[in-house]
Amino acid sequence: MNEMYNVSVSPHLRSETGTNSIMRDVAIALLPPCLFGIYNFGYKALLLIVVSVLAAIVTEFVYEKLVKRPVTVGDFSAVVTGMILAVNLPATLPLWMAALGSVFAILVVKQLFGGLGQNFMNPALAGRCFLLISFGSQMTAFPAVDGISAATPLTAMKAGESVDLLQMFIGNYSGCIGETSVLAILLGAGYLLLKKVISIRIPGIYILSTMVFIVVLNLVTGNGMPTGGYLLAHLFGGGLLIGAFFMATDYVTSPITPMGQVIYALLIGFLTALFRVVGKSAEGVSYAIIISNMAVPLIEKATVPTPFGRKKGKGGAKA
Amino acid sequence: MSLKTFLRGVHPFDGKALAKDSPIRQVQMTGEMVFPLSQHIGAPATPTVKPGDHVLMGQQIAAPGGFVSAGICSSVSGTVRAIEPRTTIIGETRDSIVIENDGKYEAVPGLGEKRDPSSLTPAQIRDIIRDAGIVGLGGAGFPTHVKLTTKDDSKVKYVIVNGAECEPYLNSDYRLMLERPEELLGGLKVILSLFPNAEGVIGIEDNKPEAIRLLTEKTASEPRIHVEALKTKYPQGGERMLIHAITGQDINSSMLPFDAGCIVNNVATVIAVYMAVCCSTPLMTTVMTITGDAVKSPCNLEVPIGCSHKDVLEAAGGFSVQPEKLISGGPMMGTAMYTLDIPVQKTSSSILAFAEDPVADNPSSPCIHCGRCVQACPERLVPQMMQVAADNDNFEWFEKLGGMECIECGCCTIVCPAHRTLTQSFKYGKTSVNRLRREAQAKAAVEKSAK
Ligand code: SF4
Ligand code: SF4
Repeated sequence: MNEMYNVSVSPHLRSETGTNSIMRDVAIALLPPCLFGIYNFGYKALLLIVVSVLAAIVTEFVYEKLVKRPVTVGDFSAVVTGMILAVNLPATLPLWMAALGSVFAILVVKQLFGGLGQNFMNPALAGRCFLLISFGSQMTAFPAVDGISAATPLTAMKAGESVDLLQMFIGNYSGCIGETSVLAILLGAGYLLLKKVISIRIPGIYILSTMVFIVVLNLVTGNGMPTGGYLLAHLFGGGLLIGAFFMATDYVTSPITPMGQVIYALLIGFLTALFRVVGKSAEGVSYAIIISNMAVPLIEKATVPTPFGRKKGKGGAKA
Repeated sequence: MSLKTFLRGVHPFDGKALAKDSPIRQVQMTGEMVFPLSQHIGAPATPTVKPGDHVLMGQQIAAPGGFVSAGICSSVSGTVRAIEPRTTIIGETRDSIVIENDGKYEAVPGLGEKRDPSSLTPAQIRDIIRDAGIVGLGGAGFPTHVKLTTKDDSKVKYVIVNGAECEPYLNSDYRLMLERPEELLGGLKVILSLFPNAEGVIGIEDNKPEAIRLLTEKTASEPRIHVEALKTKYPQGGERMLIHAITGQDINSSMLPFDAGCIVNNVATVIAVYMAVCCSTPLMTTVMTITGDAVKSPCNLEVPIGCSHKDVLEAAGGFSVQPEKLISGGPMMGTAMYTLDIPVQKTSSSILAFAEDPVADNPSSPCIHCGRCVQACPERLVPQMMQVAADNDNFEWFEKLGGMECIECGCCTIVCPAHRTLTQSFKYGKTSVNRLRREAQAKAAVEKSAK
């Protein structure tokens, strides 16, 4: 008998879902917001999306070639980073800035920290914040849509104007490319939930707690009980939903312990509400997520569950 | 009624349909038989025969090498040719008794004689089980007489028969429940006679409705025995998960089932007890499922222990295509074999032959921190963090994370989209921690004696 069969340590099965199929699903789920953004803001939005995605892929490819690591652009994660960055940009942004954001996201935030799975911040969001800090005015220059005010609903509301909630739901207003249409975002989110790429735990708790904290903070700061319309505007606007379903759920930068996920979602909810009600910024989602990202290692360590059959507080085995 | 089960776990493709309806066929073998002296947990057995001796079927050829050990009985008659190292299922060589089978199957006097268990004392029953070489046939191979010896027999509340057979592809326990229910119940009654306050519970996953129906029927008038349908989920047959489902009690790695008032044995083991105690027949055969997409005609065979896997496969009809992978046991916890030239052991329950090897086809990639492993782990561990600890030899952190609780079930590994070899890291981590503990103990002992 000369033939030798393969050997491996058990189990001898593997998941049919791979990293690339998950990332591909995220990219598919991002299509409705992207498409709506293109419909809403025209070809400039399309160009921005294409440029962000291409810049992300090329940066990853070139870097990995240079440092002689295996090239991982096939796992779709760079595509997703490019797309998430793009949906968070105003359509009027110069293309080179979008490209720069992608390069920063992939090169500095992802690759320099060791590549996929090693970054401690969501690369796309870090890219966005980098652009916000560097090019503040261009990043908040939102184009007018169908003659409606060029201000985003939340800034309008801060200024005391009223907003049209139905238009916000459909997405006929100004804002970043992919954040305006609640409908499109929910379509994508539904797909992710259906495919079990994400669970409802983080986005659900995040959204709910944001609402609760907004009420609480309004009461505490003496603004009185907010109206339903005000809350809905906060729910629909300012990228809360796209942040909740697509960014707060980013695997690498959210906790894996069940309890940790709850705490993490509450933390983002609190920070978002804080930035919106107390802070000057009307948006705040990106910052809230990024700051919470940095607390994840800590949260995870503190929330390691008690193993089956062990008493609480006695994590270690008896020697 | 909601079915009893445990938290988390996975649902791998079960592949049972291939051989589920094929009745057990008994086959006899010719040629060389090989009996490794170490096919159980504990000290190796001590040979009681020497090369040149003539042995009979059912004759003890090796005695237990201590209390936690098990003897071995020859499954054939013939001549002892050698006692020499042979390759075993785990891929390493072990001293083995090699017998040239004369094909006559000449039995030792008294083999198969009926015996009334009520005429035996508990001590006699335990001795019979020990001498019959019975070990846990569900895979672990822990000597059964040791398991049945407790600190206080009156404290045992449940004698559980593990009929979950949660490993994909395996059917041997299922076929035994359908075809030998009387033996199963007889064996269970023998064990119950050792534990006056215990009730007998047969736990069966609900993907085996025929077995549940048949055994429920047969136990209808049994005051001390009932059948419990369990949710079909892997690893429902894991000892801790089974105890949790049936009694609601949780045990950990530093406890025994006895601490939860339980004794757990699988179906084949209980039948072996019946055969030894009531029919004077020691453990000589094993029922194996020969299946997989590379097997021509998937089936269930009862073969003599000691024959070669090659002969078993031939008896089953051979391969339909050249397999890439052979597994002894289930795909979740079984052992991959690099050759078929390996003797069948007491705990052998299958040969799985797969045309493709998903392990080789899916090399591991960087962890994407998705948390699927956490959602799958029945021990409520955090496999992702444990792997980082084990791979960096940070065993202190590995232990703190509860790494020693890992039951090596493989759930985390089969759901990982990055195809990381998590379970492999945990085997390494656990072995290392155990080694460090032993070294620390030895050091402490030396220091103590120096004082
Ligand atoms: S399932 Fe795999 S990729 Fe996901 S967290 Fe666990 S080890 Fe990482
Ligand atoms: S192998 Fe260990 S860590 Fe993985 S799921 Fe099973 S018990 Fe949990």
